[in-house]
Amino acid sequence: MKRHSILRVTAKFFIPPIMLFALYVQFHGDFGPGGGFQAGVIFAAAVILYALLFGRARTEKVLPLPVLRALAASGVLLYAGVGVVDMLLGGAFLDYSVMAHDPHHGQHYGILLVELGVGMTVFAIMSLIFLSFAGRKR
Amino acid sequence: MSQLLKVAEAAAHGVTESATHTAQHAAHAATPSLSLLGDNLPALAIVVPLLAAPLVALMIRPALAWSLAALAGLTTLAVTGGLLARVLDSGPIVYAVGGWAGPWGIEYRIDTLSAGMLVLVAGIGAVSLLYARASVAREIPPARASLFYSLMLLCLTGLLGMCISGDVFNVFVFLEISSLSSYALIGLGSTRRAFTAAFNYLILGTIGATFYVIGIGLLYMMTGSLNMADLATLVPAQMDTTTVQMAIAFLAVGLSLKAALFPLHLWLPNAYAYAPSVVTAFLAATATKVSIYVLVRFVFTVFGGTGLLVLEGPLGLSAGTLICVLALAGVVVASLSAIYQEDAKRLLAYSSVAQVGYMLLGVGLASPAGLSAGLIHVFNHALIKFALFLAVGAVVWRTGSAHMAALAGAGKRMPWTMAAFVIAGLSLIGVPGTVGFVSKWMLLQAALAQQLWLVAGLILFTSLLAVVYVWKMIEAAYFRPVPEGGPEIAEAPLSLRLPLWLVALACIYFGLDASGPVGIAETATRTLLEGGA
Repeated sequence: MKRHSILRVTAKFFIPPIMLFALYVQFHGDFGPGGGFQAGVIFAAAVILYALLFGRARTEKVLPLPVLRALAASGVLLYAGVGVVDMLLGGAFLDYSVMAHDPHHGQHYGILLVELGVGMTVFAIMSLIFLSFAGRKR
Repeated sequence: MSQLLKVAEAAAHGVTESATHTAQHAAHAATPSLSLLGDNLPALAIVVPLLAAPLVALMIRPALAWSLAALAGLTTLAVTGGLLARVLDSGPIVYAVGGWAGPWGIEYRIDTLSAGMLVLVAGIGAVSLLYARASVAREIPPARASLFYSLMLLCLTGLLGMCISGDVFNVFVFLEISSLSSYALIGLGSTRRAFTAAFNYLILGTIGATFYVIGIGLLYMMTGSLNMADLATLVPAQMDTTTVQMAIAFLAVGLSLKAALFPLHLWLPNAYAYAPSVVTAFLAATATKVSIYVLVRFVFTVFGGTGLLVLEGPLGLSAGTLICVLALAGVVVASLSAIYQEDAKRLLAYSSVAQVGYMLLGVGLASPAGLSAGLIHVFNHALIKFALFLAVGAVVWRTGSAHMAALAGAGKRMPWTMAAFVIAGLSLIGVPGTVGFVSKWMLLQAALAQQLWLVAGLILFTSLLAVVYVWKMIEAAYFRPVPEGGPEIAEAPLSLRLPLWLVALACIYFGLDASGPVGIAETATRTLLEGGA
């Protein structure tokens, strides 16, 4: 890959904005198009682009597979955990209204947290799928 | 899991987003204070295994993962038991997920039938998880054990969700959760053939799920609703349109594929034969049954019941007759195939296809007696096949194989395991005093009441075929000599035998006193038939 200097330089320029855009899609999801799934896929695209150009070994230094596995599980935990907190606060499962004094704020916090959970899991699973297939020996 | 989240998110966007725009204030309840164990019980049935799954995946040590998974399984069983008690006591429960009332939000709707199915699935899930520890230690690499338990819990979540949800799209989401996890579970089998078996099931299962979603898409197009109770009031006005008729066709074929109704059963034998033993036992006792439940739900709750089944179609053939013909053809062909199998797991898998035929035969008869018989056979066959696969799993634990040759002499060397196997085998045939007799008797009575002599004759004839294939295994276990020079084989460990005997005794208990399940099936039939018309 040493020869592809144009690709490598361009990728280095592109990866940070891709990640930033992913975060925009993540946290703007409650106002406009977007949300956790799309954000997770875009964020994972940045990681996959890095892995394609700089190799799996260097990617796994940043994101070891056990960390990604834990992240995937924590996303689901966050999602379901929000629902359980709602039940403990006296609401129905995933009824965010009880999460703040003003039900509107409650709905807002609830959907942000749940979408963050979705984003974490989707990002981790997408990266895991790519890295485990890339790591297969023939 | 990413696909799982995709569909979950699609559900959230498809259903709740339209709710937020069209009826934000009308739909959202005024947040009364709900108590965790009282009013939120329906949610807990799903949340407990759903929350336990990622926690189990985080556990590195298999023993720890197993303890948590088994605890979650038992808790889920207790929750569903509480739900059944409450439904029997004070009628159906409706639960609005997220506080969004139906038909905009997702509703969980639990009547007698769904509560019964929940207890059945949760009970089988709990016993499977208890049995799993020794079996998984033998068949699954330790590095994957925690992921295995996590998948089992996800599959349990999906199956429970399909039974509890009153929203047809939500049912699809849960169908995908259970299917995706079961493809992975089957692929974890110890031979390489497990991969092709899982891949076959993946392709056919995905076709089934796609047909299902096309069906509900067409219904949504005509009615603008995804809520079962709401659909039941909106569909009759549209019943004569080609769109709704196409929807029925897609739904019937899609769900029959998942239920392995003959001739859509081709994925099943290999999937059951090559999956890990616990997975085979768990899926054989739950997966096809839950699909039958969803099919029954659609026919009776959404499409107005027996009217749909007796409606004359082309060639003067009604849907009910067509189901009966396919069901009986399935019973005969699958029983004959079972006789020629040399692998106990494959043999029992073919027998499962045959038994699915009996269940759908009950539905196709389109009479209250037939429907009750079909539903009771769902429960009884779940117990029988669960016990048989647990016993074969114990043999596999000792010998590493489910081939007839591996069974040789098992009657002498594993007397307790094989005794339980014989009890379940007799139930499968339908010997009086066992659960199998109760359902066959009810089915026979239903057929005779409609003077369908050929149907009654075929039920008796296929029971004889069951005698042949059950005898084939018993003969191998008791009358073939112990192979010489082989490794010394002892009885299976207690942690495998206890769950096995629990289920085998249940086969006898519910055979002698069938009033509990039969009562539930009859109440469920009444609700289904009233709710429809």
